[in-house]
Amino acid sequence: MQASAPKSQMELTMPTPTNSSALGASEGTSASTIKLSATDLNFHYGSFQALHGISMKIYANRVTAFIGPSGCGKSTFLRTLNRLNEAVRNTRVDGTVLLDGQDIHDIEVSELRRRVGMVFQRSNPFPKSIFENVAYGLRINGMASNRARLREAVEQSLRRAALWDEVKDKLNQSAYGLSGGQQQRLCIARALAVNPEVLLLDEPCSALDPIATAKIEDLIFQLKDSCTIVIVTHNMQQAARVADFTGFFLLGRLIEFDGTTVIFKNPAKKETEDYVTGRFG
Amino acid sequence: MAATSTPLAGSGPSRSARSFIERLRSGDQVAHAITLAAAASILLLTGLLVYELFIHSSETRAKFGWSFLFTQTWDPVADEYGALPFIYGTLVSSALALLIGIPLGVGAAIFLAELAPPKISDALTFLIELLAAVPSVIYGLLGIFVLVPLLRIVEPAIRSVLGWTPLFQGPFYGVSLFSAGVVLSVMIVPFIISISREVIRAVPADQREAALALGATRWEATWDVVIPYAKSGILGSIFLALARSLGETMAVTMVIGNDPKIKASLFAPGYSIAAVIANEFTEATGDIYTSALIELGLVLFGLTIVINALARALVATGNRGGNA
Amino acid sequence: MTSLHTLRRKAVNAVMLSLTGLCTFAAAGTLVFILGYLFVHGAKDLSLDFFTKLPTPVGETGGGMANAIVGSAKLLLIAMLVGVPIGFLGGVYLAEFGGATFSFLVRYVTDLLNGVPSIVIGIFAYTLIVLPQKHFSTIAGGLALGVMMIPIAVRSTEEFLRAVPASLREGAMALGASRTKSILTVVIPAAKNGIMTGIMLNLARVAGETAPLLFTSFSNRFWSPGWEQPTAALPVMIFTYAISPYEDWHQQAWAAGFVLLMLVLSVNIIARLLLAKRKHVAR
Repeated sequence: MQASAPKSQMELTMPTPTNSSALGASEGTSASTIKLSATDLNFHYGSFQALHGISMKIYANRVTAFIGPSGCGKSTFLRTLNRLNEAVRNTRVDGTVLLDGQDIHDIEVSELRRRVGMVFQRSNPFPKSIFENVAYGLRINGMASNRARLREAVEQSLRRAALWDEVKDKLNQSAYGLSGGQQQRLCIARALAVNPEVLLLDEPCSALDPIATAKIEDLIFQLKDSCTIVIVTHNMQQAARVADFTGFFLLGRLIEFDGTTVIFKNPAKKETEDYVTGRFG
Repeated sequence: MAATSTPLAGSGPSRSARSFIERLRSGDQVAHAITLAAAASILLLTGLLVYELFIHSSETRAKFGWSFLFTQTWDPVADEYGALPFIYGTLVSSALALLIGIPLGVGAAIFLAELAPPKISDALTFLIELLAAVPSVIYGLLGIFVLVPLLRIVEPAIRSVLGWTPLFQGPFYGVSLFSAGVVLSVMIVPFIISISREVIRAVPADQREAALALGATRWEATWDVVIPYAKSGILGSIFLALARSLGETMAVTMVIGNDPKIKASLFAPGYSIAAVIANEFTEATGDIYTSALIELGLVLFGLTIVINALARALVATGNRGGNA
Repeated sequence: MTSLHTLRRKAVNAVMLSLTGLCTFAAAGTLVFILGYLFVHGAKDLSLDFFTKLPTPVGETGGGMANAIVGSAKLLLIAMLVGVPIGFLGGVYLAEFGGATFSFLVRYVTDLLNGVPSIVIGIFAYTLIVLPQKHFSTIAGGLALGVMMIPIAVRSTEEFLRAVPASLREGAMALGASRTKSILTVVIPAAKNGIMTGIMLNLARVAGETAPLLFTSFSNRFWSPGWEQPTAALPVMIFTYAISPYEDWHQQAWAAGFVLLMLVLSVNIIARLLLAKRKHVAR
């Protein structure tokens, strides 16, 4: 299951040819450090290979977007970054993923998932109160020593998710009473509560209306100061608006990875160009 | 519909008359009537059941009124009848069954829905659902000849741990409320398992994943998130099991001890509503005696109907999905 | 955050998950135990006599339960005649004709009837038939079992009919078949196997019922001629023999228990395997 590549390799290995061209230069990110790096990652569901040799670097405090048609493997790749695919039966992963230079399979899984938070496609609050939703991660990870600290942490997370003002008077009400957009921001607050270093967003706006979507996009801009953000989206305009880097996936392969402007304005690969210009098909 | 053959221009009444005749000829009306009669007969039959229970218990209802439910005397010789010992025995043995059956059943349902590989889970569920098909008289047979002797052996151990409570004092003959509770628990576990497994399986995967993604362990994700999500369905399965155990007759009759007294100790013999009907109905001489037994049947009917209705409402809300 | 905290969580995780596994194997093990125990204690006393001879008086060894086996068969026949037509037609009504309100009522009452304890159904058959006739009879016992069959017959018929794809129905109606004709010639044949297996399961369930027979068909030491006399039935014999004080009657009870269990379980296994393609079996 684990990897063969020595850890030292990651500092040096240069990206696959596709993303060699002026990596990040166009976005002015040359000073950025690498937060996550995947090397030659393969993933199988039973006998079906869903990912083929994905290698990629994800930079700290930047937004990285994955685009591509449905079933291209972008979500699957996202879910390998916090080892959530392991919860699915009959799957196999090989290749390396390093978080701050450490193999994620060497990190205790609940610790890894605390450090790498995730927000899902459909908002999925727990059948608990708003407060308890946000407090859940703090409680299980033993991160709040007393009631006052817990309240403080919950408030802070809700503020970071730009939800505090809307829910501060009804913290003890069911989370299911909130609107779809609010529920999704609650899920973001829930993920933020445990202070993740990386936040994985799996098509977080696909079920939301344009106004709710705009709020989440604003949030992504604000969060990038404190988090590394990886977002899967089927919406190319969204990737263009929020992301510093963009990766294009097709049929389980990473076709191209580069600065977002390069991908959208001047892609190196024909497939990428066809997809971003809407000629894909 | 059949009316389509009539020109659209046709005037209202004649059109509907034609279509009625056509439908009659094609048999639709007849088939509708026949099946409707069958469906209606189910309502009639159920109504008749309630009516019969009501009418044939009128004598004791007139004589004892509501006090029937709250008096402890059961003396056929003096024609004094009180249902309390039976209600007590029924409720206590069922409560005990739930106490043992819930952890076992829900635990197994969690294992089958969340942990076991699908093929093994299906195979084990198949076995467990067969248990629900075993006739209750067989449970009674095993109760008399296997469970009761077994309980006589483990009784000193139970007594040494719990003997200080009033629940486990006094002599133990083998047949007792305790034995009835244990047999019932074995009988209700399959119901709890098979329904709970379904509702746990129906919990959306993203609930579980949201918890895991926050760093929850498998057990934490299950216990803190999946079970609360499925709780009304699980509660429904428990109520359904309770309704079963309240009305269970043969297995209980064979091990409860058949003694109409209210004793604090679970080791003492007791009696349940269903058991007293089963044992004494054919020997009931005199109308009042029979009427008392039928009124007990009415009480049991009412009890199970209420519990069943609650159970079905809970399972229905559970199937509709999340509710906080 | 401490590693002690993590360690404790991991320990709780491991302990609780193993406990759930233990619960499962305890539950599944019960069936294995029941089967094994009845086989050991019941099969050894089983001989041809059991199926061909009448019970012997107390003290005489030997004998069988031929009358009870025939009695059970007669009771099931009546039960089927009562329960299947009403249940089947009621199910057809719900699946094909019913309007919203009345169907809801029928479903609700059917579920309610399904929840009525079997002993109460026994009282019902008693007041309805035994009391006016002033004697126990096979008919009364059969009626009690038949009433017990109705709810499940309704629900399983409805379920199997609904599982027939709408395209089949529409196909028949597009060819000009009336609603009834399409139900009779297309829908019901398509659901036939499911409905039949449902009836088998239903019969197996009431075949083991004891309580509703105690004061309807009562019992009989001899052959029961016709339908108006009390009759022996296998489950009632098990009960009577098990609570008797005689050792050889206990042996007979085990043998009868073994036969009954084998019958009920084999029908269940066959029916469930036939239905395995369908996920859910009406209970």
